[in-house]
Amino acid sequence: MASKNIICPVCGASCDDIQVEMEGKSLTVKNACKMGNAKFQEIVSSHRIREPLCREGGSLRKASWNEAIERTAKILANAKRPLLFLGSETSCEAMEVGIHMAEFLAGIADSNSTVCHGPTAMGIQEAGRVGATAGQSKSRADLTVYWGSNPLESMPRHMSRYAVYPRGYWTKRGRFDRTVITVDPRRSITAENSDLHIQLKPNSDYELLSALLSLLHGKRPHPSVEEVTGITIAEMEEMLSMMKSCKFGAIYVGLGIASSYGKHRNAELAFNLVKELNSYTKFVIGALRGHCNVAGFNQIASYLYGFPFGLDFARGYPRYNPGEYTAVDVLREHDVDAAFILSADLVSHFPAACAEYLAEIPVACIDIAPCPTTMISDVVLPGVIDAMESDGTFYRLDDVPIYFQPFTNSPFSFTESNEDTMKQIFERVKEIRK
Amino acid sequence: MAEIKLVPKGKIGITVEAEVIRPDVFAGLPKEEIEALHVWQGPRELPLSEFFEVEVRAGETPVDTKIIIDGDVSRVKRIGQGMKSGKIEILGNVGMHLGAEMAGGSIFVQGSAGSWTGMEMKGGLLQIAGDAGDHVGSAYRGSWRGMTGGQIQIEGNAQSQLGGGLVGGSIIVAGNVENFCGIRQSGGLILVKGNAVRGLGAEMAGGIIAIFGEIKQFCPGFIDAGREENPKVGELQLEGKFNKFTGDFALSKNPKGLLYCREV
Ligand code: SF4
Repeated sequence: MASKNIICPVCGASCDDIQVEMEGKSLTVKNACKMGNAKFQEIVSSHRIREPLCREGGSLRKASWNEAIERTAKILANAKRPLLFLGSETSCEAMEVGIHMAEFLAGIADSNSTVCHGPTAMGIQEAGRVGATAGQSKSRADLTVYWGSNPLESMPRHMSRYAVYPRGYWTKRGRFDRTVITVDPRRSITAENSDLHIQLKPNSDYELLSALLSLLHGKRPHPSVEEVTGITIAEMEEMLSMMKSCKFGAIYVGLGIASSYGKHRNAELAFNLVKELNSYTKFVIGALRGHCNVAGFNQIASYLYGFPFGLDFARGYPRYNPGEYTAVDVLREHDVDAAFILSADLVSHFPAACAEYLAEIPVACIDIAPCPTTMISDVVLPGVIDAMESDGTFYRLDDVPIYFQPFTNSPFSFTESNEDTMKQIFERVKEIRK
Repeated sequence: MAEIKLVPKGKIGITVEAEVIRPDVFAGLPKEEIEALHVWQGPRELPLSEFFEVEVRAGETPVDTKIIIDGDVSRVKRIGQGMKSGKIEILGNVGMHLGAEMAGGSIFVQGSAGSWTGMEMKGGLLQIAGDAGDHVGSAYRGSWRGMTGGQIQIEGNAQSQLGGGLVGGSIIVAGNVENFCGIRQSGGLILVKGNAVRGLGAEMAGGIIAIFGEIKQFCPGFIDAGREENPKVGELQLEGKFNKFTGDFALSKNPKGLLYCREV
């Protein structure tokens, strides 16, 4: 039987029109992009982790569920200061149990945005943000700017579902009613499909934004900016006049802003540019969030504890200081003594010094497939795939919550969902710490 | 003068937060009471004596109390935070938040200091013989008002966001700075004797920055305001020919920030 309106749990687009037909071990997926389809196939994949594993004498062996939960709880309860890394490939409900557990243990809670759009969130704190939902931009935007982002490869359906090709109420001719600008040091396929490509030099986004703002304030920027950015002031003026003369402009920033040199300062200035453009026309800005629920952690951590990522509970109340309490920093500085990792592969994606330290300290993780993080873990709990095998909530790239329902059940008798697993761990942690 | 010597007792694991290490907290306390003061290691509160040997040569008032830390305290944070008087001398490297929000007295570091040194400092003197990390004398995250008074002197190099949101007081760096030195500065003075990478004076609305060396990526929102020879900036008399700029026009239409760049 085909299931309709399934949410794709891969990137921040949270596409909600996926159709799935499951017949035994074969799965037919409609509407999803290549990236989405590959993840749906995980559900029947032969390398899926199907039973708990515990480390003994240097190698991982099969273990009972109760033993694995018990060891995970002990790792956390016996730590002086544990890191709970609540990855973005799972539901808000599972993350929420994790943040509460971090508070209970006076540990640190962090998520993928710490190495992703964290600087964008910091930019919002500095400057504020004029935003819009994806639907607003689809219906109204006649100018789309991709700044430091390449959606055709990172969020394949963004252009077709939300931003460029769809026919909206005031953009009835779809692509023909829209202009697209891409700001990227590389000639990406998104840039090739744009009307204007601003090919700036790497790590000069701040200077380009600063020059655009100076022009908006009626001043000709210092001439060195042409050498620094590789963009002539005439090109900047052209770009700016396109921006000022549109009816509704939408900028989508990617990691080219958040993770090139300048980081939150780039983001902050981009938000300021959008604020000022609103003196001329309607302009909004948002981030192209990479993983499906990376926005979710920011949302729930903010409404529960006041900060979007990198929360430290050591002193009994939440503290926030990226660079001090964030996952990369506490691992590099050896400032935690155990780690719990939910649905994320830190060993592959973090700097080598952090991965090396993770291999030294006790680590428990929840994952669906073998990866470098499961290889260094002392306990591996099999993950349930959200949106396919369990229900819950993701936040889409525009911070809109999307409730998802599964088309099949958890393949395990011992847990219904990652949220269920998290709750079982937390129960044992509380009993041990009593 | 009262002198209190703290000798670190070997390696520290999880970093320690020790905002009690302050001359005006130690003043007039007997050795046992100083040893019993609480510091934090992660979520645990432990006595100071867990990490330091304490030697006391008594004194009465905070003004003449001097703390000497004889060793490396790079894993100890918040030393001298909020201090109002007295002296701290650190004969090694020191961790984050040294002298944050300090209002008076002086701190001398023989080695290097971590990030957030002198954050939102209000008064007093902070001298670092080595290098310093990020956010020296800057504002707390999300705030636009950093240091309001006092002086910071760094003999080595400093990293990024030095003097962010500077409102008053002065910071002198003998070496180089990296990115966004003096970002959102609205008053006070920063002097950089070496080079800067980028963003020097970014988003500045007031105050003065002077630099002797080169800037790799100049902030585009600064507008030429002529040349000056041997200008006087704040209390300082500079020598040489300087190009003068006002800015940063990226963030406001009428900024009063002044940037002096010495001709090479
Ligand atoms: S664009 Fe993203 S959410 Fe949509 S189908 Fe592709 S991977 Fe899934």
